[in-house]
Amino acid sequence: MARIDLVDLAHSYGGNAADPASYALKPVTMTWRQGGAYALLGPSGCGKTTLLNLISGIVTPSHGKILFDGTDITPLSTQKRNIAQVFQFPVIYDTMTVGQNLAFPLKNRGVPKAEIDARVAEIAKLLDLAPYLSRKATRLTADAKQKISLGRGLVRADVAAVLFDEPLTVIDPELKWQLRSKLKALHRELDLTMIYVTHDQTEALTFADTVVVMHDGRVVQSGTPAELFDKPAHTFVGYFIGSPGMNIVPAEVRGREARIGGHAIALDRSYDALPAGARIEIGVRPEFVDVVAPAPGLLSANIERIDDLGRVRFARLRIGDVKFAARVPSGFSIPGDVAGLIFDPSRVHVYADSCLIEGAA
Amino acid sequence: MKKTFNNRAWLLVAPVMIVVLFSALLPMMTVVNYSVQDAMAENHFFWNGDAWFRDLLDPSTEIGSRFSGALERNLIFSFVVLLIEVPLGIALSLTLPRRGWAVGPCLVLIALPMLIPWNVVGTMWQIFARADIGLFGAALNGLGLNYNDTQDPVSAWFTILLIDVWHWTPLVILLSYAGLRAIPDAFYQAARIDAAGRWSVFLKIELPKLQRVLVLAILLRFMQSFMIYTEPFVVTGGGPGNATTFLSIDLVKIALGQVDLGIAAAMSLVYFLITITLCYIFFTAMNQLDLLKEA
Repeated sequence: MARIDLVDLAHSYGGNAADPASYALKPVTMTWRQGGAYALLGPSGCGKTTLLNLISGIVTPSHGKILFDGTDITPLSTQKRNIAQVFQFPVIYDTMTVGQNLAFPLKNRGVPKAEIDARVAEIAKLLDLAPYLSRKATRLTADAKQKISLGRGLVRADVAAVLFDEPLTVIDPELKWQLRSKLKALHRELDLTMIYVTHDQTEALTFADTVVVMHDGRVVQSGTPAELFDKPAHTFVGYFIGSPGMNIVPAEVRGREARIGGHAIALDRSYDALPAGARIEIGVRPEFVDVVAPAPGLLSANIERIDDLGRVRFARLRIGDVKFAARVPSGFSIPGDVAGLIFDPSRVHVYADSCLIEGAA
Repeated sequence: MKKTFNNRAWLLVAPVMIVVLFSALLPMMTVVNYSVQDAMAENHFFWNGDAWFRDLLDPSTEIGSRFSGALERNLIFSFVVLLIEVPLGIALSLTLPRRGWAVGPCLVLIALPMLIPWNVVGTMWQIFARADIGLFGAALNGLGLNYNDTQDPVSAWFTILLIDVWHWTPLVILLSYAGLRAIPDAFYQAARIDAAGRWSVFLKIELPKLQRVLVLAILLRFMQSFMIYTEPFVVTGGGPGNATTFLSIDLVKIALGQVDLGIAAAMSLVYFLITITLCYIFFTAMNQLDLLKEA
């Protein structure tokens, strides 16, 4: 149990001399508080597994430091760091029983037998593995095996953090839900810091109190699911979170007004000091746009189709060359294929070179 | 699902069947034929029943004691070969580089002995091991050891074993190396997380994952070593005395030296049956290992 601080941590698989732009993880400074449930969210190749492996010590960073409760543990080996990690595919010790598998990390650390037995019994009960404790682990199904892997990660009570590297990839969708809520319950019960790597936003948003979004080796935003949804700090976050993601439209912004193709859209805040020469875009989520019949003064868009997702419907539109999505009510219909758009000014964000700009009140 | 029956497909298999018939089945049946007959003069055969087999399997007869002696030497030889080559092969495969430029050259160097034909290996070692002019034999004698592979049974056995280890450990190394490479990195990473020591990693991860390739390696090495012929034939000629006279060597002596076709045929059939029976037992036992452990 510990607070984990990353100080200017960066890694390149090409060694220290590599070009900074090619770093798998660009310099990051951040803090993981004790007992938090974190998700590291990002597409494949964004550096999230690298970050995880740096914390567990499987990979040694090119530069920067990792502190556990203020103590620099960067030079320590994985064995000496107090960390547990669960991998994407189940790792099972074939010759051992389920119980021996769970006990293995404790046994190697010289924990007394009575304590091992108690802890193994507790974890097995939490993961519903109790009936299988004396069975050989090899003959179990993939999801039971992955539960054993999870169990080995959770069995040590004193770890600084438990790291999960996309642990539910091999699990069937239905069991995935069960295991995910199980993990969430375990997090409450065991008071462990958990860091969960995934590229699945649903998984991240349901598991974590704090979601850390990564993009191209950088941490672009870290916040609660609501913050990521309401106020994406980077256009990537807006686009990656939400389904469909945030609409990003190039615009000219002056004061309290954004102009798209000559049409003015009112903004809630004032943007006077935008960086010169930057690429300016506005972002608005499909949920905060009303699609109505075209009228003078409204931004008009061509309707391409309506996607019916069962519970909700989204209109797929086009403003000039830019694709745009907007949520529409179930009885929605408009004559013709042109619609007018009404924006909720408080929900329109302004981005300069993909980064959120805070306007003045 | 509807199945189509089309017996014309047999025509595609027929050429292979005919080749197998002529190359394996007919000679085999000839051997069976010889084994139950005795030849008085040239090409005058008469029925002899199972007499050859009874002689062969009775150690109190002359031929029976020759046979059981050779069989014993064969079993000891194969056992020692497996005992040395399997652990050595695994140990060496663990020291090979996993990645990088050195992998290719290392594997080629290791595979080199396997590419040399048996009789060439025999001839090489025959000269190499000579006590007077051979580098190896002369060096051992120079060190004060009494080494002579054609006169001293211990030297002869040592030489034949050494040849086999040199020639065939690479096979075990390569199989074991391939098995090790197939273990995902996550297993090693998990072992580090679980604070497992090197020995523990070997026992709990590597060895269990190698089980399949090791079954193959043991089976191949058993079969080949049990049928050993060329090396003792070229290097020691089966001697000194009959110290390195293995079944195959004795068989050739009886069949081609003494032209006792009946007893030689009976002997080769028994030899053949022992080999496939032992292989079958090995294979079954090693594949059942898991189930036995679980019970």
